[in-house]
Amino acid sequence: MTKAVKEISLGDVGARAADYDEELLGDKVSLSMGPSHPATHGVLRLQLELDGDIVTKCMPVIGYLHRGDEKIAENMTYNQFVPYTDRLDYLAPLANNVAYAIAVERLANLKIPPRCEAIRVICCELARISSHLLGLGVYAMDTGALTVFMYTFTQREKLYSLFEELTGARFTTSYTRIGGVARDVPEGWLGRVNQFVNSLLPVVDEIDTLLTRNKIFLERTEGIAAISREDAIAYGLTGPNLRASGVDVDLRKDTPYSGYEQYDFEVPIGTHGDCYDRYLVRMEELRQSTRIVRQAIDKMPEGPFYAEDAKKIFAPRKDKILTSMEELIQNFMIVTEGPQMPAGEVYFEAENPKGALGFFIVSKGGGVPYRLKIRAPSFCSLCILDKIAPGHLMSDIPVILGSLDFVMGECDR
Amino acid sequence: MLETILLKLLFALIVLAVLMTFCAYAVLAERKVASWIQGRVGPNRTALPFISAIPVIGPILRRLGIWQPLADGVKFLFKEDPLPAHVNKFYYFLAPVLVIVPALLTVVALPMGAYFGESGTQHPIVLANLDIGILFIFAVSSLGVYGIVLAGWSSNSKYPLYGGIRSSAQMISYELAMGLSILPVFLWVNTPGANEGLNLFYVVTAQQDVWFVFWQPVSALIFLTALFAETNRLPFDMPESETELVGGFHTEYGSFKFGLFFLAEYAHMIIGSAVFVVLFLGGWNYLPGIAQVWPSNMLGAVCTVIWFLAKVFALVFFFIWIRWTLPRFRYDQVMSLGWSVLLPLAIANLIFYTVLVAFLERA
Repeated sequence: MTKAVKEISLGDVGARAADYDEELLGDKVSLSMGPSHPATHGVLRLQLELDGDIVTKCMPVIGYLHRGDEKIAENMTYNQFVPYTDRLDYLAPLANNVAYAIAVERLANLKIPPRCEAIRVICCELARISSHLLGLGVYAMDTGALTVFMYTFTQREKLYSLFEELTGARFTTSYTRIGGVARDVPEGWLGRVNQFVNSLLPVVDEIDTLLTRNKIFLERTEGIAAISREDAIAYGLTGPNLRASGVDVDLRKDTPYSGYEQYDFEVPIGTHGDCYDRYLVRMEELRQSTRIVRQAIDKMPEGPFYAEDAKKIFAPRKDKILTSMEELIQNFMIVTEGPQMPAGEVYFEAENPKGALGFFIVSKGGGVPYRLKIRAPSFCSLCILDKIAPGHLMSDIPVILGSLDFVMGECDR
Repeated sequence: MLETILLKLLFALIVLAVLMTFCAYAVLAERKVASWIQGRVGPNRTALPFISAIPVIGPILRRLGIWQPLADGVKFLFKEDPLPAHVNKFYYFLAPVLVIVPALLTVVALPMGAYFGESGTQHPIVLANLDIGILFIFAVSSLGVYGIVLAGWSSNSKYPLYGGIRSSAQMISYELAMGLSILPVFLWVNTPGANEGLNLFYVVTAQQDVWFVFWQPVSALIFLTALFAETNRLPFDMPESETELVGGFHTEYGSFKFGLFFLAEYAHMIIGSAVFVVLFLGGWNYLPGIAQVWPSNMLGAVCTVIWFLAKVFALVFFFIWIRWTLPRFRYDQVMSLGWSVLLPLAIANLIFYTVLVAFLERA
């Protein structure tokens, strides 16, 4: 009996293996980070695609905090919209108030008295300090240094007490009115601000010693998510994120508003555009902001804190309303009809802590805007995630998010 | 015979109860030290009905948060125990047990003090005076990683899985460096002719004059670093780095099952500190250079235990201090530190001391 030997050809094994290469690499994991996740600072959701621990795709999903602020603006008078600006970048409400007020005042072509401008500058810079303190705190927390967060938050607490004294509210300040501010600074407030600024600098130095030359912090942030000059400009980044990439743009210097040209301060510029540079830029901006606040306190001019000649825009003082007929009518008109604006369009951008916050207002006359568009810096900061996150490890994602320092209230508006 | 067994059992129960209490109070210490470092107050509200009414002492104890661990324990017991629908039930329940048991078991071979026999010789205060002491501790404590891996895997969810995988990789990597770093200590102790083996008691008696941290600083450094990694403490707390992995391997756990993970972490920390004290900080020996100050009676035995515990708590404080000061490493940096820095360093260290010990013996 003969046995038939059957030959089984294996064929070209190498070529077959090459064909299955894709299969051998395995599937990618899709991971949903957020909207409720400790690292995503609010209600951001990231749709991640991971190859092992490496991020291959990062898509931000926004809109969980959408309130329709722009549409709301069309249904109320200019002054009534001020509280809504508090809730844009809710970590620096005063700066939003000021940016919005200046935008509307540009529309009305209103001249603001120097005292009001100086108060607004102090407000803006205190808001910047408040926002950067929180931004740096949570950034450090994202790298695992929890104590820095508590240090910065202690300082913010003092700052909130100052805001409360000035505006009556700790968080949602609603301080500005079209044509001025709600009330003059309280007695002795400027001195207390000065005290706060003096006590802040040692804390900033302390954070410096905890983080700036810390080996672990350096390893976590240096060279991570570097944004090139070109990319930063192309994606419309603004504020510290843009300056960290080496672009010297600061609206306070380039197109000064609210009297910023009178103050002497420097604009920190980064070189690599990585997470570490963004940290350094914010640290230096904290120090520069304290310089501006000190100068503004020194130079604080006397005079009215609102535009007195703008009879149809700024509501008169309470004591006048109760005693004089003309002021009573004026107040009645402003409250019912809103501050009277000429027809026209205006676009104004202010250098906010998170970047350039812009208001585009179309007016057809009267007390209500026809259209109001908000240009939110956080939205642009998030757009670039898709570009910078792939190729990094999943553990880098919180650091990248922390370094971009966005706030969802403004992004989703 | 039966009496001895019962006595041992009683002794074991006491040690276990004390250890669990220490774990609970280590949590309190963590919270209090953290709050002091961060300029906060910390837990200061929990009060017991009658004790807090005692003038002066009551309010002081309340402000120190002495009753907080009690409240926390009760909270863990009485919280709703959720069972997610998507988990593998058997392993989901098994995991916390696998974590806590090895953590508590290691205490068996740990000498905690010394008492003096009739002839004036020292005997260790230990549950089981094993000749393989350190080997037993290492073998048992490394079993804890199974619990973490199982917890991550059985949760059937992505974040815990990542936590579990990272943890297993990290623990295995650092165990190598840790094991190599203690070999020089035993080379040093086991002079030729001596029959001490891996017994921890003789490591302590060998340190009566000079602690090993001074003879072998590099070994101590490697061991301490690896200890941080093995106990999953910051800056190496990869398995539960909360900013990226939410809760890590215990994301899906709640109630008392989470409490067990929590206790195990602190038990690991306390026992790890104790092992470090035994190996490098002279155990219950008073101070370097001062050999014997404890009286040779029962009081002396109590003194040794207290002094040993004081050193352990100092080290636990160091752990907590580091946690609230430093940022966290990234996962790949942890691995590269373990494999490409600590492991070669440990090997070089071992070779150096091998040659040194051989040379000293010749001389």
